[in-house]
Amino acid sequence: MAALARSWATKPGIGRVALLFWFGLAILPLVGSVWDSPSFDYYLFMGQSMLIYAISVLGLNLLIGFNGQISLGHSAFFAVGAYTAAILMNFGGIPYWATLPVAAVVCFGAGFMFGFPALKLEGHYLALATFTLAIAVPQLLKHKSIAGWTGGVGGLLLDKPDPPFGLPLSADQWLYYLCLAVAMLLFWIVFNMLRGRSGRALMAIRDHAMAAGTMGIDTALYKTVAFGISAGITGVAGALSAITIAYVAPDSFTLQLSISFLVGLVVGGIASLPGCMIGGAFIVVVQNSSQSISDWMKETFSLRYDVPAWAIYGTLLLLLMFFLPNGIAGGVVAVRGWLARKFR
Amino acid sequence: MIRRRTALLSAASLTIAGKARAQKKYAPGITDTEIKIGQTMPYSGNASAYGVAGRNQAAYFRMINEAGGINGRKIVLISLDDGYSPPKTMELARQLVERDQVAFLFYPLGTQTNTAIQKYMNQKKVPHLFLATGASKWGDPKNFPWTMGWQPDYHTECKIFAKHMIANIKDPKIAILRQNDDMGNDYIGGFREGLGAGWEKMVVADATYEVTDPTIDSQILQLKNSGATVFMNITTPKFAAQAIKKVAEIGWKPIHYLVSVAASVGAVMRPAGIENGQGIVTAQFAKDVTDPRWATSPDYIEWKAFMDKWNPTANQLEGSNVSSYIVVHALVQVLKQCGDDLSRENIMRQAANIKDLEIPLLLPGIKVNTSPTNFYPLRTEQLARFEGDHWTLFGDLISADGT
Repeated sequence: MAALARSWATKPGIGRVALLFWFGLAILPLVGSVWDSPSFDYYLFMGQSMLIYAISVLGLNLLIGFNGQISLGHSAFFAVGAYTAAILMNFGGIPYWATLPVAAVVCFGAGFMFGFPALKLEGHYLALATFTLAIAVPQLLKHKSIAGWTGGVGGLLLDKPDPPFGLPLSADQWLYYLCLAVAMLLFWIVFNMLRGRSGRALMAIRDHAMAAGTMGIDTALYKTVAFGISAGITGVAGALSAITIAYVAPDSFTLQLSISFLVGLVVGGIASLPGCMIGGAFIVVVQNSSQSISDWMKETFSLRYDVPAWAIYGTLLLLLMFFLPNGIAGGVVAVRGWLARKFR
Repeated sequence: MIRRRTALLSAASLTIAGKARAQKKYAPGITDTEIKIGQTMPYSGNASAYGVAGRNQAAYFRMINEAGGINGRKIVLISLDDGYSPPKTMELARQLVERDQVAFLFYPLGTQTNTAIQKYMNQKKVPHLFLATGASKWGDPKNFPWTMGWQPDYHTECKIFAKHMIANIKDPKIAILRQNDDMGNDYIGGFREGLGAGWEKMVVADATYEVTDPTIDSQILQLKNSGATVFMNITTPKFAAQAIKKVAEIGWKPIHYLVSVAASVGAVMRPAGIENGQGIVTAQFAKDVTDPRWATSPDYIEWKAFMDKWNPTANQLEGSNVSSYIVVHALVQVLKQCGDDLSRENIMRQAANIKDLEIPLLLPGIKVNTSPTNFYPLRTEQLARFEGDHWTLFGDLISADGT
């Protein structure tokens, strides 16, 4: 885990691969001007979802991967971010882009506050404490006293934003760029933070909290702030999700969502920034394709019973964990190391 | 794609030639041999019990296709799992409309899930037909001309209960138990409207529960202690069974009204104990297939034969296997009415032009009717009382306007 972080954290500057990767993502929507297909907007929408999940996984990775605190409650911060954006847009008449920083601040506050009791809890106990957060928030959102703001069980319907300044983009292209820009900004911030003193402090706390304390690191402060930043990043993802889907409802933010983030994190690669992107894509692609695999199996082998899609998903996860215990990003690093040794 | 283009070309050339008679117009997903339709269903997650509906409809379309399809076109149903999660539904609706190019969505299940996609479907002008939810908001052709509901809505049903209470019970003291969600709110809205000014005086207790609660025992005790004589039970199957059992256990003997979504003999009345459910009143629009009275009716025999042959692994006591079967007939009728003009506009036009359609397994006398201003296909129900081991109908058919 630490070796993985060292591989990029100690190198100066941003890697060429990373630059190429972001550039590739930026020109992706232009494919639409060559390939004229009605399904292209759908793929862009999937791209938005992947970016949003990638940002959520980034938030979670900061906490779990780099600071060693576990959370099953990030769906709650995602929900708070989404509702902050929705309420501001619906009742405050605030433009959608302005809701993003507000969601970040609100979720940072919520995460920071939650970070204090979390200090007393570690490992399984923290997992359970955050678990309750994930369970409680969807119900709290339905509560009568705030139903006027949250729309209660019915949720809030929003308007999908149009591209500004008369840009010649479709709504989906524009939203894709919005998500991409936010993702780039957040990845850049986290990247820089982790390479500096604070990053080393966070990782030192993860690796040995007591030793870190002895060296003069204020572990309590770092841990609560890490919780806050992590929640803030996930909250921004939530706000983006509210904007792109144009609807928020309590049922969108179940424990299942938290688990999805965790799966994306582990599959992508713990304590790996590229892993966050891989994890985000994995969440969207694999959950969708397990259904297709199930249909395909039923047809190809002319089975009489449905193959449960979730069983396929589970099998895939097991295989991945078995063959790539450090996640896909870890696997890539391992393969690269193997190749380097072989062709030295 | 090519076939569609050729069809469009030939249609265009026909128009140019001035022979507009019997031209073929196709929505995306429709060809001379195929009609592709989409659906979202909770095959996983909290509401996965409802997933049987999608499987049953897939079986029905297999049967239709075997027999040659509708007007020579086979039905291809793409039914996807949304896990009852609104953002997932949005993603899948876009996948179905934009990538898979379905002609329309049929019987997507859930209130929040359909709310999430309603605006999108109407912006895209893709028919959003016969939704599997009883919310009362789906019949709004003015604002949402591409969305049409299906079953008698919760609002109407609870209004019927309220009217029945006022007319038949002297000085009712009503206790309400309801699920804290869209369904519960919709029901209670109708109930409030039905009681009118009597609400303040008659309702003595009003308790809620969350769908994630393990039990509702404490709520039942609280309702009993209010001294109520009437129990309005607005719950989903699991909780309905618990409530019926608990009411009997603590020796409370109210006049018990149970909403139709929870009135399944197999899923509620049997688990709750047949003896505990005697005398409970509900409302129905479909035949109760566990009722021996229908055992000899031709539509029951036809349904049973279909289930045995095409969906043999299904549990026939589950209500979803009946409701999903009924609504398929309405769709088949709409597609037949469309003939060769299978444009999205015409599909919607024909959906809003169903006249006195009788469908197997609907109660005798109930007919499906729609019009450009009436997007509520079913608005009639009949009250039934639980006697022995089945529901016995009583009274007349009651429709929304109270006739």
